Amino acid sequence: MMNSHDPNLHALTGRIKARNVSIRLGHGSSAFEAVSDVSFEVSPGEFVCLLGPSGCGKSTLLGALAGHIAPAAGTLAVDGDVVKGPGPERGIVFQHHTLFPWKSARDNVAFGLKMRGVARGERRREAERILELVGLDGFFDRYPRQLSGGMQQRVEIARVLVNKPRLLLMDEPFGALDALTRLRMQELLLDIWEQFRKTIVFVTHDIDEALLLADRIIVMKAQPGRIHEEIRVPFERPRGTDIMASADFVRLKQHCLHLLHSDRRADTLTRLSPLG
Amino acid sequence: MNAHPAGRWMRRAGSLAICLIAWQMASVLRLDLGIVTFRNVPPPVDVAAAALDFLRSPRLYDHLASSLRRVLAGYGIAAVAGVALGLVIGRSRWLADFLQAPLELLRPIPAVAWIPLAVLMFPSSEWSMIFITFTGALFPILINTVHGVENVDPRLIASARSLGSTRTAMLLEVILPGAAPNIVTGLVIGMGTSWFCLVTAEMISGQFGIGYYTWESYTLQNYPEIIVGMILIGLLGMGSSALLRVAGTALLPWHAKEGR
Repeated sequence: MMNSHDPNLHALTGRIKARNVSIRLGHGSSAFEAVSDVSFEVSPGEFVCLLGPSGCGKSTLLGALAGHIAPAAGTLAVDGDVVKGPGPERGIVFQHHTLFPWKSARDNVAFGLKMRGVARGERRREAERILELVGLDGFFDRYPRQLSGGMQQRVEIARVLVNKPRLLLMDEPFGALDALTRLRMQELLLDIWEQFRKTIVFVTHDIDEALLLADRIIVMKAQPGRIHEEIRVPFERPRGTDIMASADFVRLKQHCLHLLHSDRRADTLTRLSPLG
Repeated sequence: MNAHPAGRWMRRAGSLAICLIAWQMASVLRLDLGIVTFRNVPPPVDVAAAALDFLRSPRLYDHLASSLRRVLAGYGIAAVAGVALGLVIGRSRWLADFLQAPLELLRPIPAVAWIPLAVLMFPSSEWSMIFITFTGALFPILINTVHGVENVDPRLIASARSLGSTRTAMLLEVILPGAAPNIVTGLVIGMGTSWFCLVTAEMISGQFGIGYYTWESYTLQNYPEIIVGMILIGLLGMGSSALLRVAGTALLPWHAKEGR
């Protein structure tokens, strides 16, 4: 706990190795290969975006990293441990509606600590500290439905951060927010990431978002889901939204657009994820 | 929904008053419509007089206490069994398959049909009545609980697992509160049906109880008292359901505060 602000210590964990991962979804005759023979690595502390059209298997791949879906072939390992099921060391944030509606913001965040047997007083203090960190000072006792969409996502992030995960898995976490709130949340996430240097795998279909956030973008294509191309994002850190107007940004964006457009067929495939 | 609250109350009171006046006229005029006749129906004024008598009589307490005791016992057991069984059936496909056939077979059997067997199975008539009350309340509670458990958002369960939830915490902190609104609905409906079944059971056996009082009044040709008994049953059922609804709202604050 003393070392939560020491980036070097955290930078040692959160290495992902994916080897020839294939994932099948559905049952019987409707089963299909959502992810086909995907291999990639993520370094400790790296911010990686999975970018692709709907149906390219990016959310499915994230679900497998979280441990909710088992690969049909290949291995997924975090820090050398093969992923066998969900766990608090690999926190996942969904697009919306996964806070417990019957728990206050504080109790939602404290849930992970409670599962680890942390005493009530201590977990309340710790939950409040993390909520303050995401800018929710004074909203501790609100139920999720009494919070705006952006605030709910802040609670989601706090709820995962409190477990001190090795990985932060984010499935289009800002997809349901309005443009301005989304920008603010992206800045908040960058700020948190600069402080903690957790490995983040972030799924999105928004090119601007991927370019603003990521060290590296893994562009995927559909039918079956596989890696199209990997792009290094060269912009200096810390980044602000001002880079979005730069020539390099626009050039990379055009490249990404070109990649996504070469994969038009994907539009016909509906979004299918076992977690909704 | 845009009406003034006072106006709505006036309308409700007004409709009740019109019903009472129509009833009074029908019985005083000995209205005979062929299929249905009001010749033997006591007017509300007589019923009110009988009700006042009954309220002053020492037997009121015995009748009420017997009925309340039976409902509390039968309904209480049904609530505990229904919610517990509903939680495990909703969570376990194996148990759901295992229990589905017998439960589906038992469910449509009405309380009245149980009475002969209940009398044979339970040497004490008190327990046979409690059993009838139990069968009435069990199924609405059970079915609503199962429905609630099955409808808990799978993404909530997935997040809880990702946050390191234990099996116990999953059941008590995720599944149970997630199913709670449906469980409360089941408990409210079950309360109504358990009164319904209790009265049926009391008409067959027993010496005290509101159902027994109603049936006894018929055999003794105390016609106003029949209606007193009916109204009492209605009031008790309505009151206990309302009490449960209030308790439900108090227990589910996240539901009530929805609109902020």
